[in-house]
Amino acid sequence: MKALNRLFTRLGRGSIFLTKILSGIPQLFLRFGLVVQQLYSVGVKTLFITLVAGLFVGMVLALQLYYTLSTFGATDTLGMLVDLSLVRELGPVVAALLFAGRAGSALTAEIGLMKATEQLSGLEMMAVDPVDRIIAPRFLAGVISMPLLAGIFSAVGILGAYSVGVDLLGVDSGAFWSQIQAKVDFYDDVLNGIIKSFVFGFIVSWIAVFEGYDCVPTSEGVSSATTRTVVNSSLAVLAMDFVLTAIMYQ
Amino acid sequence: MFRSVEISVGIFVGIGLAALFMLAMQASNLGSFTSEGAYQVRARFDNIGGLKVKSAVKAGGVKVGQVSNIDYDSETFEAVVVMNIEDKFSQFPRDTIASIFTSGLLGEQYVGLEPGGDEKFLGNESEIRLTQSAMVLEQLIGQFLFSKSEDKGNE
Repeated sequence: MKALNRLFTRLGRGSIFLTKILSGIPQLFLRFGLVVQQLYSVGVKTLFITLVAGLFVGMVLALQLYYTLSTFGATDTLGMLVDLSLVRELGPVVAALLFAGRAGSALTAEIGLMKATEQLSGLEMMAVDPVDRIIAPRFLAGVISMPLLAGIFSAVGILGAYSVGVDLLGVDSGAFWSQIQAKVDFYDDVLNGIIKSFVFGFIVSWIAVFEGYDCVPTSEGVSSATTRTVVNSSLAVLAMDFVLTAIMYQ
Repeated sequence: MFRSVEISVGIFVGIGLAALFMLAMQASNLGSFTSEGAYQVRARFDNIGGLKVKSAVKAGGVKVGQVSNIDYDSETFEAVVVMNIEDKFSQFPRDTIASIFTSGLLGEQYVGLEPGGDEKFLGNESEIRLTQSAMVLEQLIGQFLFSKSEDKGNE
């Protein structure tokens, strides 16, 4: 009962906090430099891990699927299978999990430490709203970065699958691309994947900034808030993925 | 310092947009077929089997269009299939035969067009009169067994 009470209290606080962030976003377009700076620390710094992970996920997918498909003599469909699994599922989800681990944890730790060292209350003393100045740019940068990162993940994954499938295993290059272009639909598959990654970016950024802003302002509180960010946003991404998939691909 | 941040963010956004562009043009069907510059032809079938919207329309094995709509006419009890055929393939004779074929043994179904000899061509919103329904495997097997037992009875 107590745990349930605490859960709903936090959910309520998180929702009120979200409306505050959202109302702070329109004025950010006047000071877009703040968002650009956060795009650097949220997006650019996550780029490398996304590139490497995407490449290897694509290569492994190609290897695994090739051995299964070759028992049916259907290796020509390799590209299509890799593309569909990346664009629909793995791209958005794995990129979001990496994003939660790399950028979400950093966001929470940064904001939590600002709170612990009383920088946030310092801003309030100077009549600057910390939500508008600190939280909203980070949130918006996360929401912008996530679809781009998921797109990069999928694209690099397809290139990795191409290098393994065509160059290493001998799938025909023309069949690889023509199967993809025949079977992968832009609106049903690619666009739905982008919508998914947008939703994941929203969720992960929201959880990350909320945990940081709401943490107990001690070193222990910051560390447990960082852990909670990674755990909660990973679980939220996976649960939300199920819901979105059920809605999108009936 | 600030300049280099801006440059790297620019590169990041550029790569991201390039990746999305590649997914759209190279890794999906967006670059291969446009529905502009197409004319509509309808055909009635007794049975369309597993034909779906966006199934291919082929002539001589070449994709010339795709199925844009499937409906059921409850007065004639027939399936009505509307096809978008690209404008550059505008010269199908009026007595073209539309049949539903399966690519490979277990592949997906498509509409095959076999041109006839009429000198007038199919236009927009015209209808193909000669159609052949999809082969339904259960019906084929049923007919086969039926004719087999009939053979036995004659002996």
